[in-house]
Amino acid sequence: MRLADLPFPFESAPGPAAVGFAEVMADQWQVTAGRLRSAGATLVALWAADRRDLHDGFEIRAAYALEDGLACLRLSLPAEAPDYPDLGEHFPAAGRMQRAAFDLTGVAPLDPADGRPWLRHGAWPAGAHPLRRDVVARSVWPAVPDDYNFVSVSGDGVHEIPVGPVHAGTIEPGHFRFSVVGERVLRLEARLGYKHKGIEKRFESMTLDEGVALAGRVSGDSTVAFAWAYAMAVEQLTGATIPPRAAALRAMLLERERVASHLGDLGALGNDAGFAFGLAQFSRLKEDWLRLNARFWGHRYLMDRIVPGGLTDDLDDAHLPVLARQVHDLADEVARLRRIYDDHAGLQDRLRDCGVVSNDLAQRLGLTGLAARASGMAVDLRVGCAVPPYDGLDVRCATRPEGDVAARAAVRFDEVTESLRLIGLLAETLPDGPTRVAVPSARQGSCGIGRVEGWRGEVLVFVEAGADERIRRCHPHDPSWQNWPLLEHAILGNIVPDFPLINKSFNLSYSGVDL
Amino acid sequence: MLPQYALSQLLEALFAVVVAPLALGWVNQCRAWLQNRRGPGVTQPYRVIAKLFRKEVVLAHQASFLFRAVPYVVFGCMVLATGIVPMLATALPFAPAADVIALVGLLALARIFMALAAMDTGTAFGSLGARREMLVAALAEPALLMVFFMPSLIARSTSLTTIVETLAHQRVAVHPSLAFAAVAFVMVMLAENARIPVDNPGTHLELTMIHEATILEYSGRHLALIEWAHALKLLVYATIGIALFLPWGIAEAGHWAGLPTAVLALVAKLLVGGAALAVTETVSAKLRIFRAPEFLATAFLMAVLGMLTHLLLEGTA
Repeated sequence: MRLADLPFPFESAPGPAAVGFAEVMADQWQVTAGRLRSAGATLVALWAADRRDLHDGFEIRAAYALEDGLACLRLSLPAEAPDYPDLGEHFPAAGRMQRAAFDLTGVAPLDPADGRPWLRHGAWPAGAHPLRRDVVARSVWPAVPDDYNFVSVSGDGVHEIPVGPVHAGTIEPGHFRFSVVGERVLRLEARLGYKHKGIEKRFESMTLDEGVALAGRVSGDSTVAFAWAYAMAVEQLTGATIPPRAAALRAMLLERERVASHLGDLGALGNDAGFAFGLAQFSRLKEDWLRLNARFWGHRYLMDRIVPGGLTDDLDDAHLPVLARQVHDLADEVARLRRIYDDHAGLQDRLRDCGVVSNDLAQRLGLTGLAARASGMAVDLRVGCAVPPYDGLDVRCATRPEGDVAARAAVRFDEVTESLRLIGLLAETLPDGPTRVAVPSARQGSCGIGRVEGWRGEVLVFVEAGADERIRRCHPHDPSWQNWPLLEHAILGNIVPDFPLINKSFNLSYSGVDL
Repeated sequence: MLPQYALSQLLEALFAVVVAPLALGWVNQCRAWLQNRRGPGVTQPYRVIAKLFRKEVVLAHQASFLFRAVPYVVFGCMVLATGIVPMLATALPFAPAADVIALVGLLALARIFMALAAMDTGTAFGSLGARREMLVAALAEPALLMVFFMPSLIARSTSLTTIVETLAHQRVAVHPSLAFAAVAFVMVMLAENARIPVDNPGTHLELTMIHEATILEYSGRHLALIEWAHALKLLVYATIGIALFLPWGIAEAGHWAGLPTAVLALVAKLLVGGAALAVTETVSAKLRIFRAPEFLATAFLMAVLGMLTHLLLEGTA
């Protein structure tokens, strides 16, 4: 389905990314979702905002990915009864996003399938909604008891294993409730939100220029993706066009971030299967990679390099041969390690047929990004409606049909190889010219959406400008929203000790969804 | 009992208690080298144990006296085990009191108490670990007994000192039966000492743990004793392996002059054995937990094959 097939007068945003904004009536909200669903569109993000100060009640927005771009539908809700039809029936991924939207703003779906809180853990009472505009950002509420009802499984020999939020290793906090018989997992329920820190509220006290630094900190391992998506949104709403050199350099940073993350994950996957050799080797490669980042860009993880209008610093052309050589050497090393991984019977025994997500399930529940590609879905923003410079790079989308841990490892290997090729190509064909342009001033109330294929999947950032170049509303969306629920399905029928491996093969963000 | 025999016994136990962390440190250091890492040095286990002894003990509210007693029981069992295994000399007054079957029982006793303590606090991970530990133990112990029966048949005794003396006196000859038994023993040793491929001693993933999950609730001096006992257990297994399959160089009863040679021989064998263990661990990945029974069944099969080979090919002479 294309944007033009929808019966709405789309106001298309300027810039290279095809994004259309449209207003929807309450009766069309759910019907449209059903049409989009049956036409194969996917729900990318859903968020709400308080507009009572503009005498506009509340609003809920849903962003759908269509063949030729993104449709951002907006439903206006009355201030006295801010509820809307549930989208969970058509898009299961909407469930948690709707729960989070309710906790933050108080807009609720009618008859939700799951009415439990998501981000509210007891730090604020049930009636309070911190993202409402009349709530002061520094508000402190008395702690309320946090009684979350996990779905329990009963039966002979069934027992529960609660894991987290504090783990034995230094990892992000999340609670996993396993219902098991012996070692076999009957059900897994994840509870997240332990890292909620009010990022969206903080955005509202920042200017459009300042916001990029916070966007780059939504999920630290995807800082380039979030910063680029934010910058793209601001450029869209102000009508700025970045020079070709800036676009090429941004892509180079994004691919370097992808390579760094994949190298880290491939090592960790080996280590979690007890193959510490893999961790040592991939850590070495990743460290060299990060050090070159620090040398040429001044930051190991490339934080704060992308700003609205371009990049903070240009890359010295004298560095390009060094980059090309590093890419070439790394490709050789990764190929050798891949042969070792592939030929290691013990390791392959752990990875194969472990944590399978079938293509059918992935389509039904809306899996996205790297994990979706490992389940045979060819979704990659760099391939489809690509923004420059990806439109000229002919990116190969790495897919695997199996959907198991081994497939997710294989997609990572393929993507490292492809990203290395892209970096080499970008270094060869880097255009001359400026790397930053001045961003025009933003009209109050204008909106923009940036979408970037981060290493986990599609990162989306929505920005609405307020008065005086300030942010009125900013919603950063991490692909982990879509993929966390799939983890609960991937573990079914597997055994408890395989969970860390399956979890690592997805490697989803906690911070990115807890906001 | 002659006083020098008592001295020999004391010396051996002391040697084991002091050297055990070093042996573990050597294995870890070899693993680090094999992974291109610098490693923490062979003395790291001493530093860990010293650190833990200085730390406060944190006990769960519902922990019973059993939980507090188990570290001492386990450590005691391991020290006793070192008294039975001829490491340096065969002149051990304790040895006649306990044969190989008692040794297997002693190791089982330590494990049962460990499992009980793990379940004592009532945490999910404790019982998870205890359950898995018993799964491994139930399969490893019969295999270990079969391994011991083979050399017992050769020596016509289940006393370790007699076995070692008999084996050390044999002409240097290849016994296919002993080769089978040795392979089986190494497999059991990997499983019993929570090494890769059965368990991963270095993991931080609580859901995959076997042995580590049983000791998650321990801290301070209790944990120090358990870690030390763990190092002792590895040394006990290593020295049993050496005594059974590479006995040459051991000081026999009455040959005090042989003791320095025995120490050198043991250290050399431990260095080689530790390095070999590190290589095995580095080239393997951890088995999926339900492959562990297959692994231990293979060990049992090897031990049985060893015994059959002995009975069929080597006669009963």
